[in-house]
Amino acid sequence: MATGVIFDIKRYAINDGPGIRTTIFFKGCPLSCAWCHNPEGMSPKVEKMYSQVKCIGCQECVQACTRNACTLTSEGIVTDKKLCVACGECADACPTTATEMSGQTETTDSIMKILEKETVFFDQSGGGVTFSGGEPLRQAKFLLELLQACGERGIHRTVDTSGFVRLETLLEVARHTDHFLFDLKVMDPEKHKQLTGVSNKLILQNLKLLAETGASINLRLPLVEGVNDDDANIDEVTAFAKSLPGESKKVNLLPYHGVAVHKYEKLGKSYHSNGMAAPSEKRQTQIVERLKAAGVDAVLNG
Amino acid sequence: MVARTTSSNCTETPPRPERQPGAEGNFYQPNSNRIGPGMNERIQRLRKLSVEAEPTLSIERALVETEFYKENYGKHSIPVLRALTFFEICTKKVLYLGDDELIVAERGPAPKAVPTFPELTCHSVEDFHVLNTREKQRYKISAEDIEIYAREVIPYWQGKTQRERIFSHVPEAWRAAYQAGLFTEFMEQRAPGHTCLDGKIYRKGLLDFKREIAEHLAALDYLNDPEATDKAEQLKAMDISCDAAIVFAERHADLADEMAKHESEPSRVEELRRIAEVCRRVPAQAPRNFWEAIQMYWFVHLGTITELNGWDAMNPGHFDQHLAPFYEKEIAEGTLTRVQAKELLSCFWIKVNNHPAPPKVGITARESGTYNDFTNINIGGIKADGSDGVSEVSYIMLELVQELHILQPGNSVHISSRTPNHFLNTACRVIRQGHGYPSIFNPDVYVLEMLRSGKSLEDAREGGCSGCIETGAFGKEAYLLTGYLNVPKILEITLNNGIDPVTGKVAGIETGDPLEFKDFEALYAAFHKQLAFVIDQKMQVSNYIDSMFAKYAPAPFLSVVIEDCIARGKDYYNGGPRYNTNYIQCCGLGTVTDSLATLKKHVFEDQTFDMNRILRAVASNFDGEEVLRQTILNRTPFFGNDDDYADTLAKRVYDDLFDLIDDKPNIKEGGKYHLNMLSTTCHIYFGKVMGATPNGRFAGKSISDGTSPSHGCDTHGPSAVIKSLTKIDHVKSGGTLLNQRFLPSLLKRDGDIAKLGSLIRSYFALGGHHVQFNIVDTATLLAAQKNPENYKDLLVRMAGYSDYFNDMNEDLQQEVIDRTENESL
Repeated sequence: MATGVIFDIKRYAINDGPGIRTTIFFKGCPLSCAWCHNPEGMSPKVEKMYSQVKCIGCQECVQACTRNACTLTSEGIVTDKKLCVACGECADACPTTATEMSGQTETTDSIMKILEKETVFFDQSGGGVTFSGGEPLRQAKFLLELLQACGERGIHRTVDTSGFVRLETLLEVARHTDHFLFDLKVMDPEKHKQLTGVSNKLILQNLKLLAETGASINLRLPLVEGVNDDDANIDEVTAFAKSLPGESKKVNLLPYHGVAVHKYEKLGKSYHSNGMAAPSEKRQTQIVERLKAAGVDAVLNG
Repeated sequence: MVARTTSSNCTETPPRPERQPGAEGNFYQPNSNRIGPGMNERIQRLRKLSVEAEPTLSIERALVETEFYKENYGKHSIPVLRALTFFEICTKKVLYLGDDELIVAERGPAPKAVPTFPELTCHSVEDFHVLNTREKQRYKISAEDIEIYAREVIPYWQGKTQRERIFSHVPEAWRAAYQAGLFTEFMEQRAPGHTCLDGKIYRKGLLDFKREIAEHLAALDYLNDPEATDKAEQLKAMDISCDAAIVFAERHADLADEMAKHESEPSRVEELRRIAEVCRRVPAQAPRNFWEAIQMYWFVHLGTITELNGWDAMNPGHFDQHLAPFYEKEIAEGTLTRVQAKELLSCFWIKVNNHPAPPKVGITARESGTYNDFTNINIGGIKADGSDGVSEVSYIMLELVQELHILQPGNSVHISSRTPNHFLNTACRVIRQGHGYPSIFNPDVYVLEMLRSGKSLEDAREGGCSGCIETGAFGKEAYLLTGYLNVPKILEITLNNGIDPVTGKVAGIETGDPLEFKDFEALYAAFHKQLAFVIDQKMQVSNYIDSMFAKYAPAPFLSVVIEDCIARGKDYYNGGPRYNTNYIQCCGLGTVTDSLATLKKHVFEDQTFDMNRILRAVASNFDGEEVLRQTILNRTPFFGNDDDYADTLAKRVYDDLFDLIDDKPNIKEGGKYHLNMLSTTCHIYFGKVMGATPNGRFAGKSISDGTSPSHGCDTHGPSAVIKSLTKIDHVKSGGTLLNQRFLPSLLKRDGDIAKLGSLIRSYFALGGHHVQFNIVDTATLLAAQKNPENYKDLLVRMAGYSDYFNDMNEDLQQEVIDRTENESL
């Protein structure tokens, strides 16, 4: 049975596809978007997360660590990254969950057990499972096994992808997927590389080929003020969306939010918002209207 | 996501006060989701008057009654004396008919003027001073009235009140358990209540009931029926009480006619003439139209709450279903418009709001600190023939619930598998407004509950839920709440071998030294033994109290409108109704489950801590034991997370409560005790009388409410809560209660409304009885910032991103708070 590294599982997810869903977050992503709100999803490895707010200074972790990597300081627990091997002993010992390990190995069976608990909600709402991340296609073997298992049980499957994956993998996944949430960021390749670390050439190519298979796709576009909310980018997205074969694609616009700051802090990563912000509500509405006027169905969030 | 807050029926915090009319969020603009068109000026004025009126105490009823008792006690049988007293009050009481009113009559001399009931419990001068000055739920009374009361009323009733009859007779063990807070007793202050009506008063007038009474009187068999004389007295009393209500209505007709003579505004003259016509028709005869039907109910309502002070006031039951035929007929004939119907219903709504619950004293004041008298209008649901009960009247009711935003009456929507989605979604949009109303019930399950407890199919379907969440066969059942049972406190005394650790006094029986328990089963056996003992104490005294009410405080008027009382010649309190249920309401399922899970896992299985250490930590309120407490809080499977470890324990406790209570006989023929899982606001009082508990709860803090998980201990979202809750069999109870709290952002878009609807459908498909959604307000979020561990359940959901409110840093929490502030209006 395949296994994979998962960093979160959310029940009653109501923004990740049709109906009431359970979202499975896969750890590891080939992109590193400046606005990423799931920074713990970037690295494929198990990572330690520490929250000083929850820490009561009991030093249970200090005692539990066999490598003496943890020290209590005036700023809470400091972990020596050279010594730490992310074994998780400290998290197990922590009574308050101030220290937690992000990334847990799951099997197809363990995930299916969780999903089956939610059957009634899926049935009543027309919902299902959403595989998100990180980039779920980075753990293709695990993803495929899960998709097949869900298919056998009649659970509706949505995959949320960056599109930065091997085409063969994507097409194989598409054979077992009911609906895609396909992320676009910014249409200009240079800018894309600058903001996400990779070019969007492969992404756009993949999207086109995926659409040719007749797959059901929603496009998702984060909106960051002054970064990708300009008319030029919106118009390019519009043109691209309209050029895609198959049924017309709906665009979900996801205004930037800075709520993940604390996650960066917990990971011990610095986070530079560089003044990133959501476009004003007025601008958000304008963008929706602009897309609609051009014949593209667009909604905020969802 | 759990729990609580807001004004509605059965919630943790005392209800929020009504919004002041100045905060005109009340008057919604017409909008696209078919909610509107808003209150007209008459309703705005009536509403303003009702909301701004300060509750006062009226001594009028007590004076009339005392005078009458002084003259007549001993001259008549008790039922006849009660009926004559009621007649005297209806004849003498000061009437009120306000400007703008269409639906008329008040229990007191003015809106929110509340009478006292000295025959049940006679307030002392000191009580009045407390009521006059206390910060919350104040009732004003003048110094002069207090003086008159002290002179005319108090001396007569000394030693003769129901309360004194009860307390002079209770056994010592009961008293010890009661004082420790192991349970409460409803009937020490008010009469047994829970009186909901079916459709009979829309088909028959009181004159028709008088004819039935006369027939049964004539048919009494004095030769062979040893109870014939008692029945005759009861029937005569019922007959007199019908006259009382008719006289009361006629006095209003006369008053309206008189006012019309002096009124200059022609349109008001016409209204007053119409009011007079309506009051001459009902309640004497059956109503002919929508207006008369509402006024009919209102006179019956007032009669029952004037004759006695029953718990949970009075309830029209499926009011929309009763009114729909009148509405549809008149709309077809063109004698009524939708706007007029809505105006009349709004007038009725405000009438109910004019009637705060009569004030209690002592423990009961703490356990239910609210003006709410728990009239709960059932909207939607199914009809007696099993078909869908939703009508246009149901939608009108939802509109005015949204627009009026007043404390009373409570309201609930009833969603069966055949209820249309459009109705459910409309109700969800009202819920989104954040009033806490309406609560949501599942007829498919409560009909089964009633069938299980012996009702016929039709009677069960005509039934519903009243008060908070209590199931009953409307118009045919006396289903009395006897009091709340503090289940976590019973575990607490088990862990102290029968002693209340808070006072050091004996509260239960000796069930063994907890340090000697070899395994979890030994602990559970001791807990079970203690439970059985306490429940038996409770039932014994409840039976005694029931006899006292049957003897000394019959309710002949109420008996007229509850099925089979006339045919049996017996009072509502004496087995007259077709069905007779006593409920014991068990509180704190979440707290007790989590405490048992803690001991099972950490003491008996993992041996993380030994029993001695946990008991010492609990005794010291976790002083110096934060590591232990945090370990318990974060490393124990708690109820509400779809985790079988805890859920199995919850089911076990629930099933044992059921076995200990269900089907035990009460004093009425065929009457039984049944399990109920309601807490209203009593979990706050119960928490106050308790020390810390093994689940990490601090001393004095509220225990869990209803069947909801412990505060903030459900960390896997609402679907997991629902799964946990439905592992217990709701059909075995007479009602369970689930409060869930939602951030407004979870209900932002129309799609979210449909998803909430699906969540409700899912809960009901799995067999849930009731759920209520409290849309979190700013105050709750501020509280969450201060006490994060009680609010671990607050979800923030965004596309591809999820988080808990608690985990966000302060700035972002502030952002959510600011957003909530905007969205809640």
